[in-house]
Amino acid sequence: MKIIIMGCGRVGAQIVSLLEQGGHEITVLDIDANSFRRLPPDFKGTALLGNGMDEDVLKRAGIEEADVFVAMTQGDNRNVMAAQIAKHIFNVPRVISRIYDPLRQELYDTLGIEAFSPTTIFAELVRDKIES
Amino acid sequence: MYIIIVGGGRVGYYLGRALLNEGHEILIVEKTARFCDIINEEMGSVCVQGDGCEAATLAEVGTARADMLVAVTGDDEDNMVACQVAKHKFNVPRTIARIRNPQNEMLFKKLGIDVTVSATNIIMEAIEKEVPTHPLTHLLTRSDKGLEIVEIRIPPDSKTIGKPIKQIPLPEGTKLALVIPINRKPVIPKPNTVIREGDQIVALTSLELEEELRANLTGI
Repeated sequence: MKIIIMGCGRVGAQIVSLLEQGGHEITVLDIDANSFRRLPPDFKGTALLGNGMDEDVLKRAGIEEADVFVAMTQGDNRNVMAAQIAKHIFNVPRVISRIYDPLRQELYDTLGIEAFSPTTIFAELVRDKIES
Repeated sequence: MYIIIVGGGRVGYYLGRALLNEGHEILIVEKTARFCDIINEEMGSVCVQGDGCEAATLAEVGTARADMLVAVTGDDEDNMVACQVAKHKFNVPRTIARIRNPQNEMLFKKLGIDVTVSATNIIMEAIEKEVPTHPLTHLLTRSDKGLEIVEIRIPPDSKTIGKPIKQIPLPEGTKLALVIPINRKPVIPKPNTVIREGDQIVALTSLELEEELRANLTGI
């Protein structure tokens, strides 16, 4: 599959590592070239410097042929905006976004973005650890 | 009307003042405490400190009974989220977003945000008007209705110069409203009105048809 990942932070880079083992074609986007240091040394995909909320940058990343778009920056609103551009302007079949704020995550899940909230997931994980 | 303004920067501040003067009930949501204090000191208690993209903050300020929400922060993504939360969580009938990147106009429209105001476009249009060779100027755009009023200039190399308007095919759904010749009074165009070099023609059209209209009117 052709996958675009926006945001090359710790999580973004980790996703790249995991997906590359599955043989996917990956393009990773970040606004800071320094972030690409987190990529595995044998990374075979494309690292592209640019803002994922910009349609021209997304086109350069090959969004018109992408199967999956993943928004993984630190900003909820940035993620949501890029995800909605991918979904509504470029009709990417699967769009996944991290949204820290549980209320916003709920809303965008109903609006057709596969959104998940690390806040909720982590809180539940800790509770389960304690109660088990 | 009860109007909520998200963003208490310069645009939010002056908008709030103008709407208050018109007799509306307003509330400004602003993140920075310092801006809130200034607004509250000058306009009375109309500013709440908080994040206008958060459903909890919007619930607190009574967004459910708001007639309109206007998002005028400096970030397109924040304005987008504030409008979407207002629309989908609180059923606010009218949402207006300020945008910086003109590319986002299409996205916001698709997402159901009622009106977008692009400062970049407004500045560009104001400058376009002052450039004498510019063939097409946007005078008014109502993107929510798919309508615009444009001004088209007839350059010296137009192939339509000397022809009456009835001989020029106009795209369906466009209408010529006014012809402003260089040195004469403006006239309401009639079928026999002849096109001359330098005429400025004001027309009602749509974004999709403006280029076809310009091409037909100038023949180039």
